[in-house]
Amino acid sequence: MRNLLVLGLAVAALAGCGSDDDNGGANGGKLTIYSGREEELIGPLIEKFEQASGIDAEVRYGDSAELAATIAEEGDNSPADVFFAQDPGSLGSLEGEELLAELPDDVLERVPERFRDPDGHWVGTSGRVRVIAYNTEALSEDEVPDSVLDLTDPRWKGKIGFAPTNASFQAFVTAMRLSMGDEQAKEWLEGFAANDPKTYEKNTPVVEAAAAGEIELGLVNHYYLYLVKEEQPDAAVANHFLNGDDPGALVSVAGAAIVDGTDDEDQAREFVEYLLSEEGQRFYTEEAEEAEYPLIEGVEPKEGLPALDSLEGPDVDLDAFGAELERTLEMLREVGFTT
Amino acid sequence: MSRRPPAPLVLVAAAIVGLISLPLVYLLVRTVEGGERAWEILFSRALLELVVDTGVLVAAVTGTALAVGLPLAWLTTRTDLPWRGFWATAAALPLVIPSYVAALVFLAAFGPRGLLQRLLEGPFGVERVPEIYGLPGAWLALTVATYPFVFILTSAALRDLDPSLEDASRGLGRSRLTTFRRVTLPVIRPSLAAGALLVALYTLADFGAVSLMQYDSLTRAVYLQYRALFDRTPAAVLALVLVAITALVLVLELRARGRARTNRAGSGSPRPAPTVALGGWKAPALVFCTSVVGIALIVPLAVLGYWAGRAFSDDEPLGWSWEPAVNSVGISLLAAGAAVAVSLPVGILAARYPSALSRTLERLSYAGNALPGIVIALSLVFFAANYATPVYQTLALLVFAYVVRFFPQALAGSEAALQRVSPRLEEAGRALGRRPADVFVRVTAPLVTPGLLAGGALVFLSTMKELPATLLLRPIGFETLATEIWRYTSVASYSRAALPALVLIALSAPLVYALRARTASDSGAPG
Repeated sequence: MRNLLVLGLAVAALAGCGSDDDNGGANGGKLTIYSGREEELIGPLIEKFEQASGIDAEVRYGDSAELAATIAEEGDNSPADVFFAQDPGSLGSLEGEELLAELPDDVLERVPERFRDPDGHWVGTSGRVRVIAYNTEALSEDEVPDSVLDLTDPRWKGKIGFAPTNASFQAFVTAMRLSMGDEQAKEWLEGFAANDPKTYEKNTPVVEAAAAGEIELGLVNHYYLYLVKEEQPDAAVANHFLNGDDPGALVSVAGAAIVDGTDDEDQAREFVEYLLSEEGQRFYTEEAEEAEYPLIEGVEPKEGLPALDSLEGPDVDLDAFGAELERTLEMLREVGFTT
Repeated sequence: MSRRPPAPLVLVAAAIVGLISLPLVYLLVRTVEGGERAWEILFSRALLELVVDTGVLVAAVTGTALAVGLPLAWLTTRTDLPWRGFWATAAALPLVIPSYVAALVFLAAFGPRGLLQRLLEGPFGVERVPEIYGLPGAWLALTVATYPFVFILTSAALRDLDPSLEDASRGLGRSRLTTFRRVTLPVIRPSLAAGALLVALYTLADFGAVSLMQYDSLTRAVYLQYRALFDRTPAAVLALVLVAITALVLVLELRARGRARTNRAGSGSPRPAPTVALGGWKAPALVFCTSVVGIALIVPLAVLGYWAGRAFSDDEPLGWSWEPAVNSVGISLLAAGAAVAVSLPVGILAARYPSALSRTLERLSYAGNALPGIVIALSLVFFAANYATPVYQTLALLVFAYVVRFFPQALAGSEAALQRVSPRLEEAGRALGRRPADVFVRVTAPLVTPGLLAGGALVFLSTMKELPATLLLRPIGFETLATEIWRYTSVASYSRAALPALVLIALSAPLVYALRARTASDSGAPG
C-alpha cells in the first residue's frame, strides 16, 4: 500500500498539481470555496470576484448536501473557507454542527431579515421563487391555477409533475405546513396525491417534462425554466407566478457562510461581502442566464419578473426549516411520496 | 494443497484488505454513534420494502446480463459469426458508458414523448410507449451498463479454454450441446460467477440510473438520506444493510462457482480452439448481436451524437479542452495499475493457499464494491482529513479511493488467471532450485498476464466513468471527463455534456479492442 501512495504522490508531483499546498487549513493565501452551486452558473461570478479583489479563489464544486456532509466529516481540518450553498437546509445543517462562523452585522443587514439566519451564521445571496411551470401548447396562462390549493382539482389528474425528493419541494411543503398548520397541509398533500402527480428526480426534468407535454403543470423553482430554454430555445414551457400570498409561493434563497476556524477569515469575509455588493448582485440581473432574484436594496430583478416585494409568500422563517424537515419528510412518507 | 502460506504474504494481504475495508469501519462508527435510532431504522417496514425492491432489481439485472453476456461471448469467440472482431469490441464498449448517461439517453430515446414515441406517433399512431420510469428503466440502463462484465470475463475464459477437453467429449460421442453443458460450462463457471458478481455489486451500488428512473433502491435511499436530512446515522445503517446483502451475494457466488478445478497444463494449446460453423443459425445470431449492440451502444451514441450536433450548430464557442481527457486516462491508468498490484497478494493467497482465512480476506475485500460511491468518498474524507492530512485531496488518495471501489474487478482478473495456472508448474520451478519470487516472475507472471490485464482493464474503464468519489476527493481543479459530463448535465446542458461523453467512449474503445487482441494472441501462442 505504501508503494501505491508513493506512486500516486510521485505522479501528483510530476503533474505539478501543487497538491502539497492545499491541504488542511493552511493554504497559502488562497481562498477555498466549497460550492453547491453549479460552475456553469456562478463560475463567471467567482471570476469577477477574483478580478475585483485580487484574491485567488479555488472552488470545489459538488452537490450542496454532499459538500455539507464533507465539511462535517472534515471537522476542524476542513480546507474550506467559505460554503456557498444551493439552499438554507445545507447551511442550516452545518450551523447545527457548530461549524460556521458568525457573519458581521453590516454584511447580514444588506438583505431583508427573512433571507438570513437570525443567529447570523449564514446569509442569503440570491432568491428563487416557487412557481408553476406549464406547457404553453396545452394551456393558456389564465388556465393555470393562481394557487397551489387548486391543484387538488380532478381536472389536473395525472397532469402535474413534481420532485418529491428534492430539497426545494420539501421546503415548499414545510412552508405550507408552517403557514396553514399541519392538519390542513396534510389534507392538501392527500388531495394532491389523489391526483396521481408524476414524480421526477429534480426540478430540471420536471420543466423538461412540461415542455415535452408529458405533464401540463410542474411544481418548480422559477429559474430552471431559463436553463431549459438555454438548451431548447423553442421549448413549449413558461412560468406562472402564484398569488403573492399563496401558501405555495415560497421565496427561498441560495446562501453563503464562513466555515468556522478558517485561517483566511478576512478573505472569506471579502468574498461574502462581494456576493452582496452591488456588482455581485447585478450579476443576477445582467449576466446570469437563470434570472435569480438579487436580494439587496436598489438592484432590480431581471425584466419580466414580478418584484420581490410583491411576493410575500407564506410568512415563514427559513432558518426554522432545518428543524422542521424531519416532520415534513414524515408527512411525505405518510402520503406515500417517499419511502 | 494445504501448505501453510508464507507469513509475509498473509500480512501484506491482510494489510491490503484492512485498508480496503476502511469504509466499513466508518459505517460502524456512524451507526454506533446513532445508538437506538439505528435500531429503529433497522426494523422499520420501509427498510424491508427497500430491501425487497433492491433484490428484485439486482436479480433482474444479473439474470439479463448473464442471458446476454454468455451467448455473446460464445458467438464471438467460438463460432464463424461474420465480423467477430467488430462484435467483440462493440459488445464490450457499453461498459464505458456511465449508468447516469445511459439512463439520460434512454429517457430521451424511450421516455414518454421521447424520440421513439415521436417516430411511432406519425406512421403508427402510437400514443404511448410503455412506461420507462421505475423498474423497466432502471433494469434497462443497468443491464446495458453491466452485461459487458459477464461478456468480457466469459470471453477470456472461453478463449483460454483447453480445446482438448471438448475434443475428448466429442470423441466420446457426446453432442455439442451436452459437451457445452457438461464440459465447457463447468470450466467457465468461475468466470460466469465472477461476472455475475460484478454485475450484482454494480447494481447494488448504482445511484445514477435509479435516481433518474425514480426506482427505490437502497443506494438511492442512502443518497436521499444524505441529501435530505444531513443526518449520517440513517445513511450509515442503510449502507450497512447493503453490506449485508453483499455478503449474501458473495455466498451465492461462491456456491455458483462450483468446485471445478480449472488449471490447465500450459499457457495455451499449440492450436486455437476449433470454430463452430453456425450454418442456418447465422441469421438469428446476427439479429441477436445487432439488437444488443443496437440498444446498448448505437442508441446511446445516436442520442449523444444528436445532442453534440446541437452544440456544434450553436453560436457559442465550444471551449473544448483536452485536459480532462488527459487527466481521466492518466488517473485511470494509475488506478488500474495500483488495483492490479495490490490484488496480487490477495489473489495468490486465495488461489494458492485456500483456507478459511484466505477466503475471508478475499470476500471481505469485496465489501467496498457494493457500497455507494458517496459512502466510500465520505469515509475517506473522514479518515484522511483527520488522520492522514498530507494525502487529503491529493491524487494519491483519489487513486486509493478507486482501488477501494474497484478492487474486486482487479481481483476477479488476477484470481481467475492464477487459478488457471497449475501449481505443478510452480512446484517444478521450485524443485529446480528457483526461489519462489523467481518462480513467480519466470513462470507464473507470463501465464497470468492476460488475466491481470483483463482485471486492470475493468478497473481502468470503471475509473474513467467514476463520479461521486471523484467529485469529493479530487484535488481542486482536477477535471475528468466524468466531472465534465456532470458539470453540464447538472444544468440540463445536454448538448455540452454529449461531447465529453463521446470522447470518454472514443478513448476507451481502442483499449477494449487492444485488450481483446492481446489476450487472444497470448492465449493462442504456443506454450
